[in-house]
Amino acid sequence: MASQEQKNVSSRAEEEHVDELPVPTPAPDSAAAQVATSGLDDLLDEIDGVLEVNAEEFVRGFVQKGGQ
Amino acid sequence: MGAETEYGIHAPGTQEFNATWLSAQVVHAYSRETSHRASAGGETRWDYTDEDPLADARGWSMPRAAADPSQLTDSEPILTAAQIALEGGDVGDHGWNTGAPMMNMVLGNGARLYVDHAHPEYSSPEVSNPLDAVRWDAAGDLVALAAVRRIAATPGMPGINLYKNNTDNKSVSYGSHENYLMPRSVPFKDIVSGLTAFFVTRALMCGAGRVGRGQDGSGLGFQLSQRADFFEAEVGLETTIRRPIINTRDEPHATATKYRRLHVIIGDANLCQVSNFLKFGTTALVLDMIEHGSAPMIEFADPVATLQAVSHDWELKELHLLNNGELVSALEVQWRYLHAAKEHCATNGSSHPETGDGHSAQVLAKWEEVLTALGEDPMSLAGQLEWVAKLNLLQQYRLRDTMDWDDPRLGLIDLQWSDIRPEKGLYYKLLAHGRIERMVSDESIAAAVLQPPTDTRAYFRGRCIQNFGPHVVGASWDSVIFELPQQRSLQRVSTKEPLRGTEALTGDLFRTHTELPDFLAALLAGGN
Repeated sequence: MASQEQKNVSSRAEEEHVDELPVPTPAPDSAAAQVATSGLDDLLDEIDGVLEVNAEEFVRGFVQKGGQ
Repeated sequence: MGAETEYGIHAPGTQEFNATWLSAQVVHAYSRETSHRASAGGETRWDYTDEDPLADARGWSMPRAAADPSQLTDSEPILTAAQIALEGGDVGDHGWNTGAPMMNMVLGNGARLYVDHAHPEYSSPEVSNPLDAVRWDAAGDLVALAAVRRIAATPGMPGINLYKNNTDNKSVSYGSHENYLMPRSVPFKDIVSGLTAFFVTRALMCGAGRVGRGQDGSGLGFQLSQRADFFEAEVGLETTIRRPIINTRDEPHATATKYRRLHVIIGDANLCQVSNFLKFGTTALVLDMIEHGSAPMIEFADPVATLQAVSHDWELKELHLLNNGELVSALEVQWRYLHAAKEHCATNGSSHPETGDGHSAQVLAKWEEVLTALGEDPMSLAGQLEWVAKLNLLQQYRLRDTMDWDDPRLGLIDLQWSDIRPEKGLYYKLLAHGRIERMVSDESIAAAVLQPPTDTRAYFRGRCIQNFGPHVVGASWDSVIFELPQQRSLQRVSTKEPLRGTEALTGDLFRTHTELPDFLAALLAGGN
């Protein structure tokens, strides 16, 4: 799985200027929130399977010419 | 109103193809895909007669010599044979390319598909309401998808991916524009003063989300908008350089003494329908308020800096300075616009459940629902707003794999979010799993690929392409040009009135007269 390559490579301690992000905690009474976050683990597994294989190289290769 | 989407274009694993050439392949592929255009044997030429990209809404024209070459959009782009050869255009052995690459098409749904700079662009047909704007914009994504599929199935062609996003995160941005028809009588300065604070804060609802900060994306973190960091001026004519919050391009594409077309360049391309709906719906309401003098007067001390600060503040914590010394949140500014819009629509009756215009009430309700949720728990909107949906997915990944914002996989998720192929695009993955709200049905989007809206002049344009495509030698937003069999001269039909040429006015003509000479004779005899 492509995700293993990047795991634990960078240390959070060295990135003090990065925003510290709270884990989203949807209100239990919010139907939309339930839809949005419940069971996302299965979905992440599916998305792992469709992500382009070499993230760094793929993102670097996406170079666009100017537009409006 | 209408939408323009420039797609990011990428042939993975190779840098040998020129972006303009690749974009032309997309247009060409779609022409091969649609039988009625194939029967025409070639492209529909664009009629540049009424294009005037250097006309400034503030009342003057930029001298041609002073314009950046990218601003001269009123002349035919030409790919020279030498350029094609240089850029690897030798794929002609499969009956694919014969002659010069196709740069422009007018579609049977009234849209335009063409090469704009170095991107394929779909310009939707003119629509009368925000729900139709969502529908015909999404139809463009299916048009682009059909082209990508066709190219993928063509031996010898490189695989081409299209992305409905607005930046490569390497200093380049490409646009997703909105167009709104307004009476010419509204002073342009009123548009600037009434609209700027709205645009500075609008990304709360319709930002598409972006990983990276600064034009080159090297700053770490998430932000609401794809486009915000690329804006450098408050008001101006340019769209490719020194981008302004309010664009003054004054090409009405309609009767110039009556109308102006407000060309909005600040928006992100949206896949999420709720964000796209609010983008068109709320902006149209604010413009209507400006027209009638009921827009709130809110002036930021530094609109450009605030636009970017709002975009970077995804936790919605910051306050921003107004010219009167007051400190306000972006959300508060949106509430002020919403309150004013509710009052405006209640006064003119447009939001009345039975006798209203049929869409203002829906816009106001959705607007209020979203602002309320943004104030209570923004993440609860992960099924509605695009930036929240994307952020939610990114956060799930960060949590699972302990990733910092510079992890290239987060950049990839941001990019691949907008891949227009349902099997690759992450937006489409969430949609397929029922995690994103739809506002228009898949069936109606598919129908909008083929059929024009019935209540604008796009109906006339689209039906002309459908019925008489082989004889349509040129078209534009305000004209259709026919070549009659056995006649040397061309017949140009002007469509300067955006709300004529509708099905109600011309549907019978198309049904009654199936041959072009009869049709034109009846039309010019006073049918419309």
